[in-house]
Amino acid sequence: MLQLSELTKRYNTGELALKGVSLEIPKGQVLALIGPSGAGKSTLIRCINRLVQPTSGSVVLKELELTKLSSSALRRARRRMGMIFQEYALVERLTVMENVLSGRLGYVGFWRSYFRKFPSADIQEAYRLLDRVGLKHMADKRADELSGGQRQRVGICRALIQNPDLLLVDEPTASLDPKTSRQIMRLIQELCSERGLTAIINIHDVFLAQMFSQRVVGLELGSVVYDGKPEGLTPEVLTRIYGEEDWSATIKSTDEDDDEEEDF
Amino acid sequence: MPTITNNGTESWRLRTSKEQWIRWVCWLIGIAIIMYAWQMISEKTVWFFVTDAPNQAADIGARMVPPKWSYMDKLWKPVWDTINIATLGTVIAMVIAVPVAFATARNTTPNIVVRTIGLFIIVSSRSVNSLIWALILVFILGPGVLAGTIAIGLRSVGFCAKLIYESIEEIDHTQVEAIEATGASSSQKMLFGILPQVLPTIAGVGIYRWDINIRESTILGLVGAGGIGLQLNGSLNTLAWTQVSLILIVILVTVFISEWVSAKVRGAII
Amino acid sequence: MADSSGTDSYPSSWKKAPFIKNSFVRWLLIVGGAIYLAAALGTMNIDIERVKEGLPRAQRFLDSFFPPNFADNRGVLWEGIAESIWMAIISTVAGIALSIPVGLGAARNLAPAWVYLFCRGIIAASRTFPEIILAIFAVKLFGFGPFAGFVALALGTIGFYAKLLAEDIENSSASQAEAVKATGANWFQWVNYSIQPQVMPRMIGLSVYRLDINFRESAVVGIVGGGGIGATLNTSFSRYEFDTAAAILIIIILIVMAMEYTSSFMRKWVQ
Repeated sequence: MLQLSELTKRYNTGELALKGVSLEIPKGQVLALIGPSGAGKSTLIRCINRLVQPTSGSVVLKELELTKLSSSALRRARRRMGMIFQEYALVERLTVMENVLSGRLGYVGFWRSYFRKFPSADIQEAYRLLDRVGLKHMADKRADELSGGQRQRVGICRALIQNPDLLLVDEPTASLDPKTSRQIMRLIQELCSERGLTAIINIHDVFLAQMFSQRVVGLELGSVVYDGKPEGLTPEVLTRIYGEEDWSATIKSTDEDDDEEEDF
Repeated sequence: MPTITNNGTESWRLRTSKEQWIRWVCWLIGIAIIMYAWQMISEKTVWFFVTDAPNQAADIGARMVPPKWSYMDKLWKPVWDTINIATLGTVIAMVIAVPVAFATARNTTPNIVVRTIGLFIIVSSRSVNSLIWALILVFILGPGVLAGTIAIGLRSVGFCAKLIYESIEEIDHTQVEAIEATGASSSQKMLFGILPQVLPTIAGVGIYRWDINIRESTILGLVGAGGIGLQLNGSLNTLAWTQVSLILIVILVTVFISEWVSAKVRGAII
Repeated sequence: MADSSGTDSYPSSWKKAPFIKNSFVRWLLIVGGAIYLAAALGTMNIDIERVKEGLPRAQRFLDSFFPPNFADNRGVLWEGIAESIWMAIISTVAGIALSIPVGLGAARNLAPAWVYLFCRGIIAASRTFPEIILAIFAVKLFGFGPFAGFVALALGTIGFYAKLLAEDIENSSASQAEAVKATGANWFQWVNYSIQPQVMPRMIGLSVYRLDINFRESAVVGIVGGGGIGATLNTSFSRYEFDTAAAILIIIILIVMAMEYTSSFMRKWVQ
């Protein structure tokens, strides 16, 4: 459903963030993208919905080549791609409901969005989604009154109300505690299987990646160094991705939350 | 760590010798400038008047009490005008300042020409005092409240636009990115991503400037642009010192009340 | 809002809760605000006829601004500028010198209550009256000329600088101050070692900013007889030499721009 071929990104600073990445992702697959900081995970995700403009290569979503789209066609294409952010990226001074409805902005005109007159179907869907993630009673709270886990749930609702084909998830658990991280990851996984969504999840927590995905891609300095089953992440593979370290503890700990804190 | 060797023992110093020398030279230049400035000013001063000032002060002070309370009847209208000048001037300023600020901020306006024009508007509005704006406008529009209001407005545009555009440049970019990722148009991006973040600043700046403008509009009358300054000027020219003291008290009270009001409103909004 | 008892139907409409919850207060403020604005606009006496009449006059007036004339009154012009600059420098220096004791006294964590109240009183008095009113009285006391302007600007500086200094001191870290006090330092050593390093960078930036303000203000104290470029400007207006006035305004704008650039540079350099 999504094909990346020879995707390259060189920033204005001269830094080569992606070195010809090619991936093919079938419909309904949940893919975890792992790798150390600076490996290009965020850049890769942002090149897909062109928050970052790729230097060369192509991104094809459902037969539509995204990298050359005009800005209005790009906006239409973005409606089919939901994105979930690391620091939630909710608009903090708007209410929860406004944040969720902002996912429909691509479908309503300027004045309707100015007066907050969203179609009633959208509003019903927003309530349904908030109820699904257990936040219906918070609809009129301001986003900055919520806890981290709650904010990320709102972020998920905002992405899902777009009714996307593809979910781009950028470090969803980086600012959350271990327990909430698991809940959020489980929620994303469940929602993906409920709706048959394809998802790319950037995550630097190897354990969570193994637990909640069907396929793992390891990125190092802008190149793919591993692509396969979560079970295939042996110490040798992890050393190839992250460098020398004692990996036995990370791989073994299947039911405890003790290895979460390494990136804080 | 800079140290000095003195009779074979090394001891600690805050700065190296070179730094120390540069500091001395800077101080010397600074003091020389100040001395020269003082020289220039004192050359043009009639020292007799200055030494006589305490007597003058005592004399004027004695003439100012008691304030002529009955004159208050004639001051209500000027006070009302003063408040209107400040309020409407602030409204005019904000209406112009918000678009100028968006046109000047780096992240909302990539076009360098537009940004430079915005900066130019801000700087020229800020450099020219409201009294000078009033002086010019009284020539164009004739004396009156209108000239004062527009003067206050023109002066405040730069101040408000500067503070607003700085806050626009400091917004959290990821919130805007998130809105962009939903497929929103650029005007919707502004509406949902940027505006909510800067709205508190816009409101705060408006109130803050209104408070300053109350103060500024009390003096516009000196050049004929309406408000209580008109009465102040008249009373000073006729040496009606008891009226002057009453006017000063009225200004004092007005300013205190406006400060209280703006603190209250700011507390309620932010 | 519908109940959350687990039904399948969700509300199909949603309105953002208004900013002011109480609808009576909300309408009172809206209506009150509208009435006030209407009344205020009413006092403006905007007479369309007069504005129409004024337009050609404004046109002629603006025309007479151009081209700006730097040449004819060159002597007085530069003299006025120089006077303004010296006045700004000396009043900033004197004002800050006076502000430091007042600011220290007006900081709640440094001064006893009676000193605090006295210094706060000085600040409030200096802040209330615009520099121009201070200048009027200075001219009455010291006669026409830059000395009066200098006094007015120096007094104005106190209200600005001492207030910000006091606030900065009050916001400075108490633990650092405590640590120095614990060494047995006396009051001056204590201020010198714990307070001064914390407030110094911002205060240097503010003094450059105040120099900038004093220069701009020096352009208006002249209108009431306080010397400087304002006096030159006022003369050129009253003689209808608008091209010279335009030249003066342009010079003021350029100098302020230069100062703004310098002050932002200074602030970066200090930090």
